[in-house]
Amino acid sequence: MSIKEYRTASEVRGGLILVRETPGVAFGDRVRISDGRGGTRDGQVIRASNEEVMILVFEGTDDLDLEAVWVRFLDEPVEIALSPEILGREFNGLGEPRDGRPPILSNIRRAVGGSAINPAARSYPREFIQTGISTIDGLNSLVRGQKLPIFSGSGLPHNRLAAQIVRQAKLKDEDSSFSIVFAAMGVSYADAKFFRDEFASSGVLRNVVMFVNLADDPPVERLTLPRTALTVAEYLAYDLDRHVLVVMTDMTYYAEALREVATAKGDVPARKGYPGYLYSDLAEIYERCGRIHERHGSITMMPVVSMPSDDITHPIPDLTGYITEGQIVLSRELHNQGIYPPVHISPSLSRLMKDGIGKDDTREDHPKVAAQLYALYARALETRNLASIIGADELSERDRRYLKFADDFDRRFVGQGEAEDRSIEATLNLAWELMSAFPRDSLTRLSETELAKYYQGND
Amino acid sequence: MMSERNNLGFIREINGPIVTIDLPGIRSGEQVKIGELGLVGEVISLNGREATVQTYESTDGVRPGEPAEGLGWPLSVELGPGLLGGIFDGIQRPLEKIALQSGDYIRRGLSLPGLDREREWEFEPNPELAPGHQIGPGTVLGTVQETETVLHKILVPPGLEGELTELAPNGDYAIEATIGHLRDKQGHSHRLKLYHRWPVRKPRPYLKRDDGISPLITGQRVIDSFFPQLKGGKGAVPGPFGAGKTVVQQQIARWSNAEIVIYVGCGERGNELVDVLETFPQLEDPYTGRKLMEKTLLVANTSNMPVVAREASIYVGLTMAEYYRDMGYDVVMLADSTSRWAEALREVSGRLGQMPVEEGYPAYLSSRLAAVYERAGRVETYDAGPGSVTLIGAVSPPGGDFSEPVTSHTKDIIETFWALSKELADARHYPSIDWVTSFSAHVHAAAEWWHKEVDRRWEARRTQALALLARDAELSRIVNLVGPEALSDAQRWQLEGASLIKEGVLQQSALDEVDTFCSPQKQFALLDLALSIYDKGMTLIELGVPVSHLQDLPQLAKVRRCKSIYNSDQVASITDLGREIEDAFESIRLQYAKQHSDD
Repeated sequence: MSIKEYRTASEVRGGLILVRETPGVAFGDRVRISDGRGGTRDGQVIRASNEEVMILVFEGTDDLDLEAVWVRFLDEPVEIALSPEILGREFNGLGEPRDGRPPILSNIRRAVGGSAINPAARSYPREFIQTGISTIDGLNSLVRGQKLPIFSGSGLPHNRLAAQIVRQAKLKDEDSSFSIVFAAMGVSYADAKFFRDEFASSGVLRNVVMFVNLADDPPVERLTLPRTALTVAEYLAYDLDRHVLVVMTDMTYYAEALREVATAKGDVPARKGYPGYLYSDLAEIYERCGRIHERHGSITMMPVVSMPSDDITHPIPDLTGYITEGQIVLSRELHNQGIYPPVHISPSLSRLMKDGIGKDDTREDHPKVAAQLYALYARALETRNLASIIGADELSERDRRYLKFADDFDRRFVGQGEAEDRSIEATLNLAWELMSAFPRDSLTRLSETELAKYYQGND
Repeated sequence: MMSERNNLGFIREINGPIVTIDLPGIRSGEQVKIGELGLVGEVISLNGREATVQTYESTDGVRPGEPAEGLGWPLSVELGPGLLGGIFDGIQRPLEKIALQSGDYIRRGLSLPGLDREREWEFEPNPELAPGHQIGPGTVLGTVQETETVLHKILVPPGLEGELTELAPNGDYAIEATIGHLRDKQGHSHRLKLYHRWPVRKPRPYLKRDDGISPLITGQRVIDSFFPQLKGGKGAVPGPFGAGKTVVQQQIARWSNAEIVIYVGCGERGNELVDVLETFPQLEDPYTGRKLMEKTLLVANTSNMPVVAREASIYVGLTMAEYYRDMGYDVVMLADSTSRWAEALREVSGRLGQMPVEEGYPAYLSSRLAAVYERAGRVETYDAGPGSVTLIGAVSPPGGDFSEPVTSHTKDIIETFWALSKELADARHYPSIDWVTSFSAHVHAAAEWWHKEVDRRWEARRTQALALLARDAELSRIVNLVGPEALSDAQRWQLEGASLIKEGVLQQSALDEVDTFCSPQKQFALLDLALSIYDKGMTLIELGVPVSHLQDLPQLAKVRRCKSIYNSDQVASITDLGREIEDAFESIRLQYAKQHSDD
């Protein structure tokens, strides 16, 4: 079909253009819009009939003159060109270079929308990734092919934590490192620069593909940015057999851009003005990660989700938590005490941990050590609450032991240096050291054999 | 299926999965083939010449003006041998075959039948039937050994009635082969095959509905011993993310004494289904000793798969469940999650511009939910004795708020409610079923079974344990305000007793090889052990023994660990431990009595 061009734009509102009398335009196709003054913008068809077509304009609709606008239907979906040259480059949400270097030229072009992985073709993720961070490795282990978000709040060090994970992540007893796909949506210039410098100083830059949309870039572009980034991740993983770690920050800004467009379209709002399809839309992004049978590469994902007003029940962290395989939750309270990384273990969880740890993967005592630490810490937090009401002096000796454990745990197990890369053995040994402050009989989650082998206490 | 009417029209508008077509004469609910790709959809409303279609696949690239074709039948599934052990998508396409044809990603417009056409099955005709017999819907024509454990009964499809004119002899047949003929009252002859089709939105008929009589044993203590579910019942597992809904559902799928398990992954994670797919073929069914996959089938519509097929997947699963029920089996269907199903309804209704009532959900949410759950039940089948469908739906309330529409409407319909608690999950108390907010309407019916099969003190012990837990909640509030020193010794012993029940009985690790399944006998032994210790200790405290003396007993740690030391065949060892502790208590009593007499 020939490329069609129209100047029948009839309406412009909030990132959308309506064009009349445009027969046979395909749903989802790419559109180029000329503003009549030599500039062009990109768009996508989001509703199509012969009478009227609705177009989402990625660069936004500010400063458009309806009379002057020309709309060209390119008769192709939104695509990105792929080649190994893509590593080390920086792009915008549409895959156009941001680093001043020429665009990628390649025969391989893929639609960024992707399609659903057949569940029967997936293979269950079970290879332990050592991040060197005790609260993750020991208690919420990450495995290859998992999507594990960081739930954070404004002012918390989620970017530093993400950068540390990128630096340190490796398979146990192996140094095959990850290729990194970094997707920044609506972040500040300073945050983007932090990551760029971080990648450069740790020498991984040649192994990184960056997609950046800053806070003052058009928000509509944020809708395709994670899809473009994941199309590249799929190429690296399944065409080039690499293990890819995708870091996306910040999914909250993505969802806000989605809400902005949904409102303009007149979609029925569900919670807090977000459209009813927010769950499906987020799932389309998150579920692109995983492992596939007989493919060497894999996609592991660490999205950063900032919780508006630290509210974990806000629709974005809430729906994210329902899709991802766990979450790492940062706590303002720990951060204010100067503990880095301020991971609050109680609400944190890794669903895929169970098959990635234990005898053949990490160490045989790992599963029960994690369960025991969680139980002790839960009890210790209760005791801490109690102590804040009745005073620590009123506590029984048993309770004082829990109180001390809570402090030691926060300081020594949760807290670690930004450059400190703890092996899983070091993490587990530290756990035993802390648990040995308790009498043997109170450690009921551990088996007799494990206690005999590792317990260091007096009785 | 060609009819008089013109069944070809064209596309007018595309709005995501909702497509408006111009096709006069098409019926509501009819299947439609859309566009040059041949995407399949379903008519959901009619307006003059125009029909609104929801498509089961992404409509990217579809253009107005492309053709639309009415297929003449509503969304149906194929019912016959070859379903078990399989994994199907939301409209019953076999995902393993799709993977062979289209690779790792699902290509659009593929149409593959649910059942294998090539495979031959050994058919054994029903010896009680002979030509000339009157047969009707549900009559068992014969059997096929579908898997080692499941004997598949070949049924006369609902709606057919008349005289059997011919029945094939024993032999190997593919599902399209004729295995018999039936002549109806009008004299028309109908071909009978190993399979038939049934529209998914229509419940399959049965002779009459019955009350449930025996509990579904799941091997999970907090469920079986505290909030039992009857076979044929309907239950819900609501919980915020991370509370362990999926693990509870998978544990039921693994260990329940149902004869058929249907697991519907509706809008959930792909990796969870893979977990089932990879582990079930290796796991052993504790009742038959055979591989679990032999009695299991999966329906998978993961969260990233098209939303309209997600809405259909629950009906597809239910129809297959009813089919096995009609063979006289006890079927359990797990739907994870009904909230995603409700969201699919919301998404479609939003695209249609329907007036939302609560949180964007359409007004028909509650009636649709009720209709889905009502398809569960224990029934008398036409020819295969009693059968049942137990439906257990996971609910994912936004923000863990149980007052939201899907949870609250579900709560009105179901009989067992296993409420998962974030607090328990955060403390890694699994399963995190909260004993305060959960309920079961089946306790009395289940008690009859427990009293006959296990121990006649079951109901009394259950009530005592729940009362102790309630007391524990009260006392904990006091402790949180003024500290444990303010409590009397008896009150502190109550806390200890509740903690024995929580750690020794309620907590159960799905990952622990011994503890993952617990027989009813072991369940009662553990409950009885914890409560006997509590009772005995209380009498000592009443005699004046200080509580710390009892709390320091090393045996208490063993009681907490007992569940993962002894398996279900070693119930006697649990009783022995009880006796050992009784002796220890007795010696404390004697020692104490001696001290007193010395004073």
